[in-house]
Amino acid sequence: MKRRLPSMTAALVVVAAMATLPLWLANTYYINVASQILFWAIFALGLNVLVGYAGLTSLGHAALFAMSGYTAAIVVTAGGAHLLGAVAAIAMTVATAAVFAVLALRATGIGFLMITLALGQIVWGIAYRWAALTNGDNGINFKTRPQPFGIDLTSAPAFYYAVLLVFLTAVMTMAVFVRSPLGAAVRGTRDQPRRMTALGYNVWLVRFAAFLLSGFWTAVAGLLFLYYNQFISPQVAALQTSAEALLMVISGGTATILGPIAGAAIVVVMKTVVSAYVERWNMVLGIIFVLIISFMPDGLVPGISRLVRSMWPQRRSNVTGERAAKAASEARP
Amino acid sequence: MSALVVKDLTKSFGGLRVTRGVNLDVAEGERHLILGPNGAGKTTLFNLITGDFLPDSGSVMLQGRDITRAPARQRAHLGLGRTYQIITLFGRDTILRNVTLAALGLSLRRWNPFVNLDAQADLEASAMAALARVGLSHAAHRLLGETSYGERRRVEIAMALVQAPKVLLLDEPFAGLSVDERRDVQKLLMSMPRDITMVMIEHDMDVALDFADRITLLNFGEVVVQGTRAEIVADPRTREVYLGS
Repeated sequence: MKRRLPSMTAALVVVAAMATLPLWLANTYYINVASQILFWAIFALGLNVLVGYAGLTSLGHAALFAMSGYTAAIVVTAGGAHLLGAVAAIAMTVATAAVFAVLALRATGIGFLMITLALGQIVWGIAYRWAALTNGDNGINFKTRPQPFGIDLTSAPAFYYAVLLVFLTAVMTMAVFVRSPLGAAVRGTRDQPRRMTALGYNVWLVRFAAFLLSGFWTAVAGLLFLYYNQFISPQVAALQTSAEALLMVISGGTATILGPIAGAAIVVVMKTVVSAYVERWNMVLGIIFVLIISFMPDGLVPGISRLVRSMWPQRRSNVTGERAAKAASEARP
Repeated sequence: MSALVVKDLTKSFGGLRVTRGVNLDVAEGERHLILGPNGAGKTTLFNLITGDFLPDSGSVMLQGRDITRAPARQRAHLGLGRTYQIITLFGRDTILRNVTLAALGLSLRRWNPFVNLDAQADLEASAMAALARVGLSHAAHRLLGETSYGERRRVEIAMALVQAPKVLLLDEPFAGLSVDERRDVQKLLMSMPRDITMVMIEHDMDVALDFADRITLLNFGEVVVQGTRAEIVADPRTREVYLGS
């Protein structure tokens, strides 16, 4: 408990800062940027379940992200309630994730990547070509944001708080999942699938469960994206969106919770803030990515954490020593 | 009742027949040794028994139950454990987590995404008990990457033991060990209770012969000779396989 105190304090400070952000960041533009970081971070966290914990790199997640947005947009535009649209969006996306999983989990590695890429392109093609349903290249305008419990989400701070609430739920859920038996099983299938089978795990089903969880949070992020932009078009389902989400996960650090959040922050800030000042912001993003991969191949968060550990090695050896001493004393009769 | 029965097991990879009509009958509590030179088909035989490969023909019975077509994961639930010739552990985790993961494999809790694995006291207790049996409880919280090769071999055995297997397949458990480590592992295996039936592949005749009640000698995927230690040592075909004369 004593050892966890600094990290818990840091987490509380960060949450407090986020909760008060609209108060000290009066500019609506930056509050909107913060909202974008949060829902992209939810998307990256969802993708990270597959890429980081299950070791399955997907290039088709933009399709799931867009599927959620399109479903809600179509349902609400057709006269359905927002709640119905949200439930339908999540159900439809998780069902699509299940279909993707059944097809893609026939392979791992590059095979999995290529199958998810192909599936993503199919959904993009449908969004682009099935104009009767999706309005094709023109996309769908989503007139109003939902009003959960009568709360108007039109203003930037109100929307930010709604997204923050969902984001914190996603982070907590992810933290619980990572420490859970299923989380351990998912990581086990990433590291030693054959051994996991010999230990009695159904490797395919564990990966399938990971895909569904990933699809669920991708759906939630897709919904928030729709509510924020109030517009969705085939571009959302394009390969570039999948690649950006993957970039967030890899640059921040796979198989960590903070990594995808940090990655989302970098990419969104580059796209929205830096792009206002630097015409070739894509190049800057590329350089940052190359620097991260060169100097911190595991990503920003694990890299910084390793750097901190190397600066204070004493603390770590003390912790290891304490653990060993505790284990030895427990082992003694 | 026999613990493990293999009947006419045959497996080919392309044109290469690696297992040819192998028969094996291992009694409850028996220590059975599979001997044979490199390429004899010993590990393939293990892979057929554990379900990593499916045989072209023949059958595998575990405690009277036909498991020939059962998925590999189901065999673990039926009481079949194994260790690997090439150590396959979870290098990023602690020794305790490795063994806990093995204990979790047979529990329905493996599907639970809501509870903390570290808070599952009974799983951790059984993992600690298995580590105590292999003499590694003092190192339980050490990262696997910080352990010696000999310790990893013992972790492999602890992972098998924590699942309380009825039949344990040991694939070259002494491979790569120093003389001292080899002696420790040998002592450990000899101390195992007879309610675990053990089948072991080993090259080192000196170590392995002490272990075995009965021995099967394989060559080119076929059973050459089967019998007690005395029978195997006395059989001229053993000499022929190993010395080529």
